[in-house]
Amino acid sequence: MAKRIDVDDLNVYYGDFLAVEGASIKIAPLTVTAFIGPSGCGKSTFLRTLNRMHEVIPGGRVTGKVMLDGEDLYGPGIDPVNVRRTVGMVFQKANPFPTMSIYDNVIAGYKIAGSRKGKKELDDIVERSLRGANLWEEVKNRLGKPGAGLSGGQQQRLCIARAIAVEPEVLLMDEPCSALDPISTLAIEDLISELKTRYTIVIVTHNMQQAARVSDRTAFFNLAGVGQPGKLIEYDETSKIFSNPSQKATEDYISGRFG
Amino acid sequence: MTSASAPGDRDNNDGGDGTAPHRPDTGDQLHKAASEHATDATDAMASRLAANARSDGAHSAPDAGAADTRTPDSTAPRAVPDDEEIFAEAAAGGPMGPVPPQPKRSSGASGPSESEISGSAVRLGDRIFKGLAAGAGGLLLVVMAAIAVFLIWKAWPAIKPGGENVGNLFTTQAWRPQSDPPMFGIAALLFGTVVSSVIAMLVGVPIAIGIALFISHYAPRRVATVLGAIVDLLAAVPSLVFGMWGLYFLVPKTQGFQSWLNQYFGWTYLFGYPDATQASDFGQSLLIAGIVLAVMILPVVSAVCREVFLQTPRETIDAAWALGATKWETIRTAVLPFGRAGMISAAMLGLGRALGETIAVALVLSSGFAISWHLLEPGGDTFASTIALKFGEASSSPLGIPALIAAGLFLFVITLIVNSIARAVIAKKKDFVA
Repeated sequence: MAKRIDVDDLNVYYGDFLAVEGASIKIAPLTVTAFIGPSGCGKSTFLRTLNRMHEVIPGGRVTGKVMLDGEDLYGPGIDPVNVRRTVGMVFQKANPFPTMSIYDNVIAGYKIAGSRKGKKELDDIVERSLRGANLWEEVKNRLGKPGAGLSGGQQQRLCIARAIAVEPEVLLMDEPCSALDPISTLAIEDLISELKTRYTIVIVTHNMQQAARVSDRTAFFNLAGVGQPGKLIEYDETSKIFSNPSQKATEDYISGRFG
Repeated sequence: MTSASAPGDRDNNDGGDGTAPHRPDTGDQLHKAASEHATDATDAMASRLAANARSDGAHSAPDAGAADTRTPDSTAPRAVPDDEEIFAEAAAGGPMGPVPPQPKRSSGASGPSESEISGSAVRLGDRIFKGLAAGAGGLLLVVMAAIAVFLIWKAWPAIKPGGENVGNLFTTQAWRPQSDPPMFGIAALLFGTVVSSVIAMLVGVPIAIGIALFISHYAPRRVATVLGAIVDLLAAVPSLVFGMWGLYFLVPKTQGFQSWLNQYFGWTYLFGYPDATQASDFGQSLLIAGIVLAVMILPVVSAVCREVFLQTPRETIDAAWALGATKWETIRTAVLPFGRAGMISAAMLGLGRALGETIAVALVLSSGFAISWHLLEPGGDTFASTIALKFGEASSSPLGIPALIAAGLFLFVITLIVNSIARAVIAKKKDFVA
């Protein structure tokens, strides 16, 4: 079900600008991996290369390899559309489709793929996904209402439900809680621990307590200066990163001595 | 795990040990600063107070009257304790003690200014701007009403029941207000106007949306800029030029095409023209008028659609991409639904232009006041083209001008109806439009 990710010497570009340089990382299946680091260090950019979302930005390209269970995402004969169906993504800002109901938002992935599932089957998918995102009880009586009418935390869980509805192998989360209040954040964090049993999860966060709480392993990204490419400084067990990091920069960052 | 909780500890320091001892400090500093500046502060306070005391009796009544929600009873008791508090503070802090009301200073203060934060919630600029905006809105209504009244008034001799018109205003397919007895009806005009506009919409709107999508989401930036400029340029071409292009280029060049349509799609009735014996019989038909109108509405429809499509939130587009949508699926899932209301508005703008277009249609169509569903048959007329073509001869008969103004009135009404329908369509799914 869940797959492993092996990134080998990945360089990420925006046009001629090198945004991330020489990143290599091995992410085990059914784990939560947190990316931390200062703003602009390329962690979100790097995350977006893991499902080829990076290249929807004009000029976005990479060199190097991203292996999903040994299959290079950037190899020949790989369809980025299929990659994105396999590696789901949740964004910083909750982005339910504003023109769709809660129900339609959840099954949006199936609709896009042109699936011809029956009403009953879709109903099951909606309920299963919303339950999976801990949202079912709150919305089960108003599935026909607009998704954009939910609260911020509910919208973000709706987006998670939408992402897991298509049963991806990997779930990428780009600062999913940065716009949420602590209660909603807690709800999402609890959800991440549950989802971990079924998906490989990679999460970008600015909240180091969050990284410490939810992740098994943590990767610290940093950049030497403005205009310099971001680099993966250290990648280790979360407990080690937060207690005894091997790099000075990591220690400075997590202890708040950083810039 | 010592440093794992480091950020949290830091927060605790700030929150617990840090601010608690600081609070008295800042309080003391404030007091110190207050006593240092005691003279100025109390002076100003006293003068405001004076103004307050003076204006309290005078102003509370009109204020209460002007305020929407407050009653006189609620304002008066509230104002008094507040004043006393301020007064007490000023008295305690100031070395000069209680300051008696100073009429001079208070009269210098602008208007009914009282304490630091009291004052009128409405500034002069706000009032002026609100007045201007409301006036502009009202003016629009007045102009609309004035046009409607003018049209009805001037058209009355032609539309009044029991008038001289021997034809039925709504069903007669003729336009002879100058004959004796006069005989005219709008049936053919209504038909021609609606049919040519519908053809224009059917042909023009999909192309315009295609252009808009290409410019906004497919074309490289440079191509998009150039193409956008060309489309905008098309909007600047005078309608007379379109009319001449239609008459002298499109009509002769499409005779073969129309003949072909008749031959192979004549069975649809719409494209049939049984009376035609040769290609040159085809030409100045409603179909061609509709196509000319389609070209004319392209720029406005595609310009509006382009702007709407460009406003699709990046996040919504990303959401579609991340679900594994292809380019087209992204557009279908995110861009088009988001732009739905805008597309309808754009189409209505185009329809408005098509309905009212005068000279291009007048040039292309060969006038004929009969309804024919054979769209390839030369003939047909619209409200606007009839008004333009018949204007010269209208003043020669008493009913000529009123009859044409009646045509204008109906055009006015049709436009209103079409716009109302469009608004209803947009409003129907309002909840879902971000």
